[in-house]
Amino acid sequence: MTDTHRAETDRGSLVEPDPPYDWPGYRSTEFRHPNRPLLELPHGPTELHGPVFGDRDVDPLDADLTRHGDGEPLGERIIVSGRLLDDRGHPIAHQMVEVWQANAAGRYAHGVDQHPAPLDPNFIGAGRCLTDAQGGYRFVTIKPGAYPWRNHANAWRPAHIHFSVFGRAFTERLVTQMYFPGDPLFEFDPIFRSVSEGARGRLISAFDLDTTIEEWALGYQFDVVVSGHLATPMVG
Amino acid sequence: MTGAAPTPSQTVGPFFDLGFRWLDGSELVPASHPGAIRIEGQVLDGRGDPVPDAVIEIFQADEHGHFPPATATAWRGLGRCLCDESGHYHFVTVKPGSLGGDAAPHIDVSVFARGLLQRLVTRCYFGDEGANADDPLLHGIGGDRASTLLARADQGAYRFDIHLQGAKETAFFAW
Repeated sequence: MTDTHRAETDRGSLVEPDPPYDWPGYRSTEFRHPNRPLLELPHGPTELHGPVFGDRDVDPLDADLTRHGDGEPLGERIIVSGRLLDDRGHPIAHQMVEVWQANAAGRYAHGVDQHPAPLDPNFIGAGRCLTDAQGGYRFVTIKPGAYPWRNHANAWRPAHIHFSVFGRAFTERLVTQMYFPGDPLFEFDPIFRSVSEGARGRLISAFDLDTTIEEWALGYQFDVVVSGHLATPMVG
Repeated sequence: MTGAAPTPSQTVGPFFDLGFRWLDGSELVPASHPGAIRIEGQVLDGRGDPVPDAVIEIFQADEHGHFPPATATAWRGLGRCLCDESGHYHFVTVKPGSLGGDAAPHIDVSVFARGLLQRLVTRCYFGDEGANADDPLLHGIGGDRASTLLARADQGAYRFDIHLQGAKETAFFAW
């Protein structure tokens, strides 16, 4: 049996806990999912390295999404912080974290978004920062609203913030979404539910009183754990 | 239990350029850079329709086979191109130098899009590269599927279309 064939038969274990490509509940997957089995990517030099970012790539204000307009945006000010970790629990320092989101009314500052909710001239909804030496990141933003989409009848996305992280290697690149605890829309959302039940909780932030600042903003904690199989390089 | 449970992937959705546009890095080197090459292509779905709401990221060694941070220059090795309305993307870059062993020069490619719950990963090889014949990965895949990984030299550029599904489906990888 070749490595390629072995990879095809073991595909399920390779992609877990990530969602499948073919997920009929999310209609846009229909013509965008591959039908052929995935092959095993050898972990050569390109896979085991990754881009490096530095202070010139970020301004400290980039992490405060409430200060990108002329005035204060409307909505519930929140703090979202956590750590970027590898799957051994080790912090990943000095790496890029990008976020984007809807405003408090559930509207993206994006020309394609036609949801008839108000734009906020003081809120764009994009930010980024580098993790610190302990892998920590921190954003100040506005709690995003839920918004409708046309995937199915009366479809609404639970409130979420998009997260994009690079990790230390090409294999550790991850884009995900962070949700808020207790959202009643979870049980109706095919994107959230594309993740196996046992792993969905990893997408939900935790309210945290220590992150909360008295008389100013509620705080949420959300760790992002990337898995790149760096500890067990495969032979291709 | 030691370690941490990996965070699952979710789709970039349709509004990713809000977060990604600051690094719309199609040019890894200036077009005037010695040895600069252009890679261009189109992302297509299973009906053959262009995918406009996709973003392509590439990662690669420089022309000496070096990766950050061990490069002599500010080479980051990362390119990011937000597809246009017709699903087209392009990069100006260099062909990676030798990566050691029998591996032919190649670039790692990630595809993110609305409708992809996690990225798709593939590799871009150079169709006019003699070392392809000895590359273990291309050799192991073989045939028509391996040919989907070859960028075709075409009028001064390399053409690398990405078919998400269908008869011409690109070979994708689990990592």
